[in-house]
This record gives sequence, structure tokens and C-alpha cells, in this order.
Amino acid sequence: MDFDWLFLVEIFLAGLGAGGLYALTALAFVLIYKATRVVNLAIGEMLMIGAYLCFGLATAMNLPMWLAIVVAVIASGMAGAVLERVAIRPMLGESPIAVFMVTVGLASILVGVVELVWTSEPRRLPEFMPNTPVMIGEAFVPPKVFYGFLVAAALIAVALTVFRFWRGGVALRATASDQQTAYSMGINVPRVFSLSWTVAAMIAAIAGVIVGAVGGISSTMGVFGLSVLVVVIVGGLDSVLGALVAGLFIGVVESLAGGYLGGEYKLLATFLILIVVLMVRPYGLFGTHEIERL
Amino acid sequence: MSAVESVLEVNNIEVIYNKAVQVLRGLSLSVPKGQIVALLGSNGAGKSTTLKTVSGLLALENGELTRGEIRFEGKPLAGSKPHDLVRAGLFHVMEGRRVFEDLTVEENLVSATYALTGRREAKPDYELVYEYFPRLYERRTGLAGYLSGGEQQMLAIGRALIARPKVILLDEPSLGLAPLLVENIFQIIARINAEQKVSMLLVEQNASVALAVAHYGYIMENGKIVTDGPAERLASDQDVREFYLGMGGHGEVKSFRDVKHYKRRKRWLS
Repeated sequence: MDFDWLFLVEIFLAGLGAGGLYALTALAFVLIYKATRVVNLAIGEMLMIGAYLCFGLATAMNLPMWLAIVVAVIASGMAGAVLERVAIRPMLGESPIAVFMVTVGLASILVGVVELVWTSEPRRLPEFMPNTPVMIGEAFVPPKVFYGFLVAAALIAVALTVFRFWRGGVALRATASDQQTAYSMGINVPRVFSLSWTVAAMIAAIAGVIVGAVGGISSTMGVFGLSVLVVVIVGGLDSVLGALVAGLFIGVVESLAGGYLGGEYKLLATFLILIVVLMVRPYGLFGTHEIERL
Repeated sequence: MSAVESVLEVNNIEVIYNKAVQVLRGLSLSVPKGQIVALLGSNGAGKSTTLKTVSGLLALENGELTRGEIRFEGKPLAGSKPHDLVRAGLFHVMEGRRVFEDLTVEENLVSATYALTGRREAKPDYELVYEYFPRLYERRTGLAGYLSGGEQQMLAIGRALIARPKVILLDEPSLGLAPLLVENIFQIIARINAEQKVSMLLVEQNASVALAVAHYGYIMENGKIVTDGPAERLASDQDVREFYLGMGGHGEVKSFRDVKHYKRRKRWLS
């Protein structure tokens, strides 16, 4: 019996790497959900826009890659604020399904924009991460996956610290907990909405750049958002901790399924988990015990 | 009425919910500077709606002010955003305490510092809150959701203190509290009014405690004021005693059976 432990470890590490990106994107999703109670199906497309903006800036405008990333992230943030203002804010007070459908529409509009500007051909982002192989023990980890994970982890850590200690974090959590009361504290609730979309779009853009660097970009990379949706549902829509744990978990499971059963089993495995979790805990692993019916 | 300048004035307002249900029908009242004004009435009379109209939270519940005007420090409030009103010094302590349950006590107080945005004396005074409510200091790092009902009410009032308002709209601070605690809370409310020079519009079902601390009182029914007067006069008014204080015409406490079937019509309905 000689089981290839090294292979398992490598697959596991690659899964953690992908999981870090899931967790990061899920964080963006949870941020929007917590502040505005909007189930944002366009999160994968927001991530795609970030990646394409970066691509456009780096290739068409010949900006150095780091500058392209910074500008793309800022531009994505502004785009997020605009989307919130024109598409989501007018839906305030409408039924959750109506708002949900608006985000579905938003997703296809974003795909359309990308295909109009950059066509539907897959592209490669210019290389910007170190290329030397990374070895953890004896296991080889693709450098992009490794550095992507580091960036994701660092960003998540920063985001969590900010929510904890910055006064705006209190405003966000207060708004999430009780909008009307948040208003009565003098909190500018619409501003919290707008800020949450801005920050979420920026986080999604960073995730998009990393995802694009690892696997290339295309107008269908929004499908990444589908796995993220699974992550947030498994973790509980409004739980940051849930997003992180479920993100890593789904990443590892996908990677294991892909490594041992074949790539076509990846999504099968994740959705199987989704079904099981929903049967046992309909509000997700860490979510508030209050179910949003969609 | 009193010659004191009024800080809050409500003139003849009408409020309609969902474009269908009229809740307030020409209600007027005024809160003189530095005084506590009690707004009393039975369930569904429109007391809470009155407060929400003043604080601008009405729009969030699909209500609409269709007629009349509200003046705060002489300026009409029409169209102001709720958070701007809070920053201008009009603080609403909502019914049912409404603390942020998954935030700590301290964070709840921090959330109220947004009321100080754009003011000159912008430093929040947490000490002041803990002075009035030492209990909150002991529990400041705990989640607000785990506080007892009384402590949550203290926290709700504490948030108002942080915001340093000119007027506090206080909705049913006695709700669901033990009688001893109610007395305690009202003592502190009276102290805050006297020491911090905050005017208050106090909505209560518990008429006797409310009239004990208030300077002036209004009684409303079906969306309008039916009678008003200085608190002492209302407290000794026979109708008020009978219908809101649960006393018989001769001062003895009535049994519930007698209260249930009103034998006398209220005089103001005539």
C-alpha cells in the first residue's frame, strides 16, 4: 500500500490557495449582504470587471503592472459606488427577490460590457508575481497560488481589523443589526450602503486580479462567483467567519475532487456539500438563524 | 400655555401610512425648552407615530406627513434626513430599547457618536453615561444582547446622552420593566432633564410615572390631542385618574372588573 502523501499534500495546499480567494471574494459578498441585505449575484462579474480593468490599463495604456492594479482597484471601487447608486438604491424597500433579480441583470450587463470592449476571447494578464517555485516541506506549490493566498490572507486580516477597531466598522455592524436604529444614532445609512459597495467592489477587484493571474481572464470568469455563492450560503450569508471557513473548506474540497476524481467533479462536489449543509443547517454553518427566502 | 420658548413645535400634523391608513388627524403639541412633556394615550392612539414623524423615521415605515408642520428651534423640519436631525440635536430613543444586540455595550455607545458629526464640541463623554448608569460600566465589554431589559433601557438612554441632544424623544421607557426598575429609570430621566438641560417628549402608557416627572402633559386618542395641561392638573383630573391612572372617581384603586366596562363616558368625547 503506497499512498502518495505528497500528492495529497500538494492538492490540499493548492485547495487552500484557491480557498483563500473564495474567502476573499466571499468577504466582499458578505460585506454587501450585511450592510444592505442584498444578495449580490453579480459578485463574480464585479471580480471580472476588476481583472479586465487591470488588463486594459496594463496593455492598452501601457501602465506598469503595479500601477495598473492600483488604478483598477480604485476604478472598481468607484464603479461599485455607481452601481449601488443607480441600480440598487432605487430598489430600497422592494422585495428581496426583486433586488436579487436586479443583481442578476447587473451580472449580464457587466458581461456584455466586457465582451463589447475586450471581446469574449480569453486573455492573459501580464506576469507580475515572482516565478520561483515555492516549496513547503517537500510539497511544490505554484508560486501564483502561494502569493495569491498570501495577499488574500493579508487583505482579510486587514479587513477584519478595520471592522473591529475603526468607528466605521461599528457603523457598518450597527446598520447590519438594525437600520432604523442606526439612523436614529445619526449614522448616515445610505452612506454606509454606498461605502460597503465601494469597498466590496475593491476587494472583488483584487480577487479578480489574482484569479486572472492564476487562470487567465475571460468573459466567463464570473462563474467563479457561483462557487463563491456556494461558499457564502454554506458559511451563512451574514457571517464573516463563515465566509472564511467555508471559503477554505470549499477550496480544499474542490481541489481534492479535481485531483482524485477529475476536473468535472469539482462543481459536483461543491454543490453536493451545499445540499447537505442546507439540509442540516438551512441558515448556513455560522449564519444568523433567520432565513432569507429567495 | 407656558411663556417659555418652545424648542419643538408640532402644528396640526396629519400622517397616513401606506397611502391608506390615517393615523394622526391634526395633532398639535409643543415642548418648552428644558421641560419634560408627557404624551399619554392608549394603545394605537398614535403616540409612537407622532415621535417617528418628528424624528423623520416615518418614511422608513411607509408613512407620510400629508399636512401640518414641525418646527425644531423655530426652523421647519420638512424633508430633513433622519441622521441630519439627530446631528442637529433631536434624538429619538425608540420603543423597545432597540440596542444593537451583537455589538458590545461600548460599541453601542460609540455608534451614537455619529450624532456628534459636524459639531464643535465633538468629543463623546462616555464618563457621563457611566456616571448615570454605573451598571453599564461594569458590563461595557459584554454584548448588549445579553443585558437585562432594564440595562438595555439604560443603554438606550445612555446612547442619547452621548449624542448630547437638545430634545430627546423618549418612547415608552417603562416597557416590560419591573415596577421598581421603572421608578429607578424615571428618577434618572428626571435627573438628566434637570442636570443636562435636555428637553424631553416622553411617550408613556404608564401615566402615573410619566406625570410624576413631566412638567406638562398631553393626552391623545385616535390621532389627536383630546386634553392637555400642566402635569399636576392632569394627575388630579378625574377623567385622567379614572381612565389612565386606574383610580376610581373617589381616589380608591378600582378592581379590573370595574375598569373593564366603562360606566362613564369620557367627558371629552361628549
